[in-house]
Formats: sequence, C-alpha cells, structure tokens
Amino acid sequence: MIDKFISIEGIAKRYPGAAGAGDTTIFENLWLSLPRGEFGCVIGHSGCGKTTVLNILAGLDQPSEGTVIVDDHEIQGTSLDRAVIFQSHALLPWRTVMGNVAYAVSSKWRKWDKAKVRAHAQQFIDLVGLTGSEHKRPSELSGGMKQRVGIARALSITPKIMLMDEPFSALDALTRGSLQDEVRRICLETGQTTFMITHDVDEAMYLADKIFLMTNGPGAVVAEIVENPLPKDRARIDLHRHPYYYALRNHIVDFLVTRSKGFVAANPDHDPLHVPVVRPGLAEPALVLSAASGAAATGAAVSAPAQLRAR
Amino acid sequence: MTKSLNVRAAVVSIVLFLGFIGAWHLATRSTGSTAAMSPEYAKLMGLTATQGKSAMPGPLDVGAKLWDHLRHPFYDNGPNDKGLGIQLGYSIARVMAGYLLAVAVAIPLGFLIGMSPLMSKALDPFIQVLKPISPLAWMPLALYTIKDSSLSAIFVIFICSIWPMLLNTVFGVASVRKEWVNVARTLEVGTVRRAFTVILPAAAPTILTGMRISIGIAWLVIVAAEMLVGGTGIGYFVWNEWNNLSIVNVIIAILAIGVVGMVLDQVLAQATRLVTFPE
Repeated sequence: MIDKFISIEGIAKRYPGAAGAGDTTIFENLWLSLPRGEFGCVIGHSGCGKTTVLNILAGLDQPSEGTVIVDDHEIQGTSLDRAVIFQSHALLPWRTVMGNVAYAVSSKWRKWDKAKVRAHAQQFIDLVGLTGSEHKRPSELSGGMKQRVGIARALSITPKIMLMDEPFSALDALTRGSLQDEVRRICLETGQTTFMITHDVDEAMYLADKIFLMTNGPGAVVAEIVENPLPKDRARIDLHRHPYYYALRNHIVDFLVTRSKGFVAANPDHDPLHVPVVRPGLAEPALVLSAASGAAATGAAVSAPAQLRAR
Repeated sequence: MTKSLNVRAAVVSIVLFLGFIGAWHLATRSTGSTAAMSPEYAKLMGLTATQGKSAMPGPLDVGAKLWDHLRHPFYDNGPNDKGLGIQLGYSIARVMAGYLLAVAVAIPLGFLIGMSPLMSKALDPFIQVLKPISPLAWMPLALYTIKDSSLSAIFVIFICSIWPMLLNTVFGVASVRKEWVNVARTLEVGTVRRAFTVILPAAAPTILTGMRISIGIAWLVIVAAEMLVGGTGIGYFVWNEWNNLSIVNVIIAILAIGVVGMVLDQVLAQATRLVTFPE
C-alpha cells in the first residue's frame, strides 16, 4: 500500500477559448501522489501548468475536473494546513518582519495573546536566521532575506504541507544556494511534507525525494516520476561527485531538452494513472516500480543506455 | 547641492515677490495733486480725483488692513461685520461637516464596490451620471428639500467631495496586489479581517490621495456656495465686501482663502505620507 498523504486525482484545468473555438486544455487527467514527510518537486517548462497545479493544491485555484485529497480529506479552498511560499515572497510591506510572521501566527491561533504570538513567531524568525532583523520592514531587506521571512511565515503556522512556487527563482545564485541549504535542513529536521515547483534541475536534484517530470503544455502530462538516487544526507558541496549524479542530471536534462516536447505523441499508451517510476543509477536508468503492479522491478531498462545520454 | 538649490529657490521667490509688490505699488500710487479744485469738491471726489490715486488699493493699504484683521480676527459687530477669523471658521466648519459625511459614505461604499464585481457593475451607471454634475446645480434642489441654507451648503460640499474619494477608494481596493490577498486567503483570514488588515493598508495611499483631491474641491466650492446662500462664511464675506466696494477686504479674503486651502492640502499630504509604505 502506497502512502498517499497528498493525492491529486484526475485534475484538469481548462480555459474557455475564443468564441467558436473549443476550450484550451492546460492539462487533464493528472494524477500525482506524495507520501508524508517527502519532498516532491514538479519540473517542467514554462506554460506546462505547474504553477496551476500548485495553486489548485493550495486552494487558490479550482480544477475544472478532478479532486485533490490531503490527509484523507478532499480539499475545499485554502487552508492553514497548506502553507504557501510565493515566488514573489508576497510580504506585506507595511508590516515588519515580526509583523508579517505574527500575522500568520495570529491567523492560525486567534485566541493567543500578543506575547504568545510574538514568542512563537520569534522561534521561526530564529529558525531562518533572521534574529535581530525583527523590526525591519521588507523594503529594508535583501531578496534572500525577504524569502527567508516568507519561509518563516509559512513554517510558523506548522502546516501539514508546505507548497513552494519557484521560491528561489528571483534570487542570485549564491543566495539561492544558501536558502536551499536552509530549506533542506529545516525539512529534514521537521519532517515537513513539501511540494515544490521549479524549473531548476540542480535545485530539484538537491532538494527533492521525488521529481515529477511534466511535458510541455497545452495538454501537459506527468511523463515520469524520478526517484532521487542520491543519499538522504547529501550535501550541496560534493553532490556532483556522487556516482549517480550525472545519471540523474542527464536523465532530467535530456527529458527537458528533447523528450518533453513530443512525449505525448511518442507515447500514445501513456497511462496518467500509472506513471512509470524511474530511478537513474550507475548503468542505465531503471524502472523500479510501476504503480500498476506495485512491485519492484529493479534493473528493467525503460529507455536508451546511459552512455548514449551522457553527452 | 540640495541646500544651495533651496537657498537659490528662496532667493528667486523673494525677488519675484518683491518685484510683484513693487510693480503693484508703482501702478496704484498717487501721482501728486492734479487740477486745482475747491476743497469741498475735492473732499467729495476723494483721493482718486485729487491726487491721481488709483481706485485699486496698493500693497500698503492691503498690508495695513491685513494687520488690522490679524489683530482682531474674531470681533463680531452684528451680521454684516464679523472678523475674518469668524468667517473662515464658519467656512471651515461647513467644509468639515460636509467632507466628513462624504468620508463616512464614500470609503465604506468604495470598499463594497471595489470588493464586489457585482456592485461595481451595478452602481457604475449611477456614478458615471452623478459625477460630472456641478455641485452648485444641486443647490436649488437642496434648498427646496432641506429648507435650510446652511445645511444646503453642507450638502453641496458633501456631494462634491464624495466622488474623488469614492472613485479612488474603488480603484485602490480593486487593485490591491493579488499576492497579498492570496496570503490572507491561505491564512484563512475572514472577509472583515482581510478588509482591515490587508486591503485597507494596501489601498490607504490611494484612498488618501482621493481625500486630498476632495478637500481641495470642497474648499473651492464652499466659496461659491456661500456666495449663494449668504449669511456667514468667507464666500459671503467676499461678496459682502464687494457690495461695500471694499476692494482691500476682497483682496485680503482672496489671500486668506488661498492660505487656508494650502493648509488643508498640506495636512492631507502629510497624512498620505504617513500611510505610504515603501516597497
């Protein structure tokens, strides 16, 4: 039995087309699931609807069809159980760092007095390393610090799931790296179930346990689920020395560069309910299990040998 | 260099002011005694005829009279002779009454329209028709229905100051950044709390801008309204002094209207600065 803490079940998103024309389908019949405590990452090109998937999961957007089940309950709109870290940090500029985090805390625990709210918020400001900046306003913070406040705000309500929409894409490479370290540390420490949208391959490889590869829209599908073969205690600094590093990286890049475009046409039998799970290894990418059989099938090759991919 | 720029600007301002006063003085000064005439006739004709003095008062006349007014701003010698301070007080009180009524109506209504697309569409035709009506056009209707000239003036101020505030509130509320609203939504913040904690602070600079435009219009309109309704107020004072042919007092009233208008505008500008947040 596969643990499905988050289960996206057959969702579709359509926008009404111009008069006469049919609706534009961004994606349809999309199935995705993630066990408790895991870090899932959706990667794909712009326009494939990955942000829409996240917004539906957050409750900010409604699917045209299908449902989303979190912790055995169908979601209805937004919830304090699902915290969102926005791409543009979305801090309230008229509030201080403390004010922004405390706003979230007092929204969750409405009966708490001011001192308790502040003490709770302070814990999370400390957690993201912003001790001493509590009284600054967002305009006085750098981009990285703003996003730290966004993370503190999301974590402070102790959500069941943390949802991140390309949270680091607006940051410079160095800041992005240190924030990724921070997020990874916090997720490992707290066992936080996290769902992230990105188009950064290295980010996905470093942070995610499972990487969902999405094809190009419109009509996007989840083509493969890639299990991260890198060890759980990986560090960003020597990630690239791991023997599986290039197998994983090449597999994802290869998908994004070549296969994502014509995937639907090339795979008419693709079953969105039973997306192949791939675990790139030393020799060649291996199909570890099919959701259909539920059985481990290690060693079965699903695509061309690794040496062909290693360009 | 900013300081020196300010200093230079001040110098230019002073030079312009002195130049204007000087030109004014020269244009209206006496040119000495003119044709000889019997003393009784001269007394009858006044300085205009005897010394070539212009009928227009000069800056010194205005200055002397202004000093008088400043020394006794609040005297009250009956309905047609009240101090400038009292007259301005009446006008400011009327403007405030009408303006605050307009604030009380425009801001909640603006929130409603801005937050509800249905109300926005439903009320739009009314606003579009009512907005361009000159506030003074309401005056006869107000006098007929309210039957009180002072309250009618307040109504006219109310109706003229409501539109900029209403439209700016609608715009400010409707254009709050979606991500801030989404933050409130993901935190399950209810509509009322969201209105006060997210939308009000986000829209406050736009709302205050509307309030600033409104107070300016209200101050423009009160003068005209008081000329019509009469009795008290700076607008009535201007008209009364025109009937008295006291051009000095008319000039002083114009100056006072300008100064009070500037003060009202600056108060609102300061308030706008207080609620503006840097991004």
